[in-house]
Amino acid sequence: MVCRNTSWTRRLVLAGISTAALALSAPFDLAQAQETIKVGLVAALSGQSAKSGEAITRGLSIAIDEVNAAGGINGKKLELVSRDDESNPGKGLLAARELVQREKVAVLFGGLDTPVSLAIVPFANQAKVPFMGVWAAGTNITRNGAADNYVFRVSAVDAYVGEALVDYALEKKGAKAPGMILINNPWGESNEHALHDALKKRGVEAVGVEKFETNDVDVVPQLTRLKQAGADVLFMVANVAPSSQVVKSLDRMGWDVPVVSHWGPSGGRFTELAGPRGEDVHFIQTYTFTDNMSPKGQQVFAKLKENYGVTSLADVMPATGIANAYDALHLSALALAKAGSTDGTAVRDAFYEIGGYDGLIKTYDKPFSPENHDALNAKDYVFTHFVKGEIIPLN
Amino acid sequence: MLLTSAIVTGLGLGSMYGLIALGFHITYTVSNTVNFAQGSAMMVGAVLGFTLMVTLGMPLWIAAPIALAGCGVFGLIVERFLVRPFVERNSDAWLMATVAGGIIVDNIVLFTFGKEPRSLPSPLATNSIEFLGTGVYPLQLLIPVVGIAVAVALQTVFRRTDFGKALLAVVQNRDAARLMGINAKVVIASAFAISTALAGLAGLLIAPLFSVHSDMGTLFGLKAFAVAILGGITSATGVMIAGLLYGLIEALVTAYLGSTYTQIVVFSVIILALALRPNGLLGRAAVNKV
Repeated sequence: MVCRNTSWTRRLVLAGISTAALALSAPFDLAQAQETIKVGLVAALSGQSAKSGEAITRGLSIAIDEVNAAGGINGKKLELVSRDDESNPGKGLLAARELVQREKVAVLFGGLDTPVSLAIVPFANQAKVPFMGVWAAGTNITRNGAADNYVFRVSAVDAYVGEALVDYALEKKGAKAPGMILINNPWGESNEHALHDALKKRGVEAVGVEKFETNDVDVVPQLTRLKQAGADVLFMVANVAPSSQVVKSLDRMGWDVPVVSHWGPSGGRFTELAGPRGEDVHFIQTYTFTDNMSPKGQQVFAKLKENYGVTSLADVMPATGIANAYDALHLSALALAKAGSTDGTAVRDAFYEIGGYDGLIKTYDKPFSPENHDALNAKDYVFTHFVKGEIIPLN
Repeated sequence: MLLTSAIVTGLGLGSMYGLIALGFHITYTVSNTVNFAQGSAMMVGAVLGFTLMVTLGMPLWIAAPIALAGCGVFGLIVERFLVRPFVERNSDAWLMATVAGGIIVDNIVLFTFGKEPRSLPSPLATNSIEFLGTGVYPLQLLIPVVGIAVAVALQTVFRRTDFGKALLAVVQNRDAARLMGINAKVVIASAFAISTALAGLAGLLIAPLFSVHSDMGTLFGLKAFAVAILGGITSATGVMIAGLLYGLIEALVTAYLGSTYTQIVVFSVIILALALRPNGLLGRAAVNKV
């Protein structure tokens, strides 16, 4: 009985304290809400893809600092609120709801995983809040068939990547009989369609399509089939570890075939895993930090050094995530400024009004229209390869 | 060329499945329980090997025994905390407990070892050699040799040594063995340690051909359990043969029919084989006393 009494007293005291805290904090929150415009990020901040979330956060934060240093948006400062989706579509959707309904973010940014983004798309369209993709490349994220589309993207699009890979293979590698080696998941499938479509347009047909699993040790049987079918170039779509299994298997077979790849290899220690032959794989990126970059590139790289202790170019491995997020934030800031409010529909329509913007990846000219919600296209990709652990653009 | 490369691939992976499946066989015969964290034990072997050799720079001949001992300790822990408490209370919950144990270990490794897959280099897996018209790494030829040698050695130990005889005595009749002065608890714990050490050996052998990461063992553990059932979990020879067969069928189907059909055909063959021989290839029917 005595025990019970103390515990009740304790609860009452606690309740009292929390009520007081609420009462004190509520007006403070309100005051703050009037001074800042919140933007949200739902991305993988833990687990296997945590590095991508970190890159996006860095890109967004550097751009937000720049916008705020220049006086903010119509006098209000931008503020980033982040939530971890753990690469899980359910958690991503929950986080998106929370950011929109409780935090009242004006623009929502998305992460690496196509399935997570696809889960958020219907909610964003229904809640009428602009959802800006900065990494996931699934074609139907922006082309989602909604009558009222609030989803934008500054990143690669599988449909365009297919075009870019096919052009590169046919023109630069003189390929006539391409083969495909694809990871067996929705991402691989999305690219299989894109590659087939791009090949068909150019009157070429794939001589073989082979799938493999993320944890396959030996891809020699699949590759031997492609070799016997007469493939003279391989299109590869897989994340870093499975991609390296393909390269190791090629090395073992002694098959010296050009490999043209989606951006999977850029996500980790590709040359450590794949061995020296990893340097022969040519893959796309939307941006790379190099020795001779634009003034804007130098400016962002200086900030990376200053804020995050980045020391060398090899340290900024997911450069794509940083650059996409950086440009996407600046474009969103332009839309917010034009809209003059944080009303979702006004901001969405303001995205269409953006004229020119001198960005990190390129100089954008009317990047968005009601028909086109993707700011980057096949011409904006750079082909790169690894040299001593650093991603270097090819000419 | 297609045939030789498929056979080399198949025998290599098949003997890995066989080694891990032997672990299922050993604990099952001794205690009627299995450790579903066998896949994680394989991963622990590779991760310890990487840490000792690459991070700490130890030579192979010191690192390998330490890594295997580490896997053995993992087996002891699984037996003591995830199997014994449930068996003593006549519960089958060790099934779930060992699955859960594996998931916990995978996540601890993800947290401590890191999320990025790493590479364990080996001089036997850097330059490919010509073998019957196809290119292979020397390690690929060594793996089936080691796998079969270990299986044979294990059989010899069981038949010829006092420890082996004690183990078999516990299998035949636990109470009688106990009356003869054999400590059944120690024998069962050792069986778990041996089984995880075998999985660890598979992990060390496969790592240079693969990459080292926290979920590298999941699929192996699953396939190895299928192999153990296919071979007849009570027969060591059957399990090893089933492992090699599984690897070969997998590689041959991929090579001749294409990867789309691999899993469909392989698992259909397993179901068919079990329909024809419900106790596995060389397994004995369990006698149900009524």
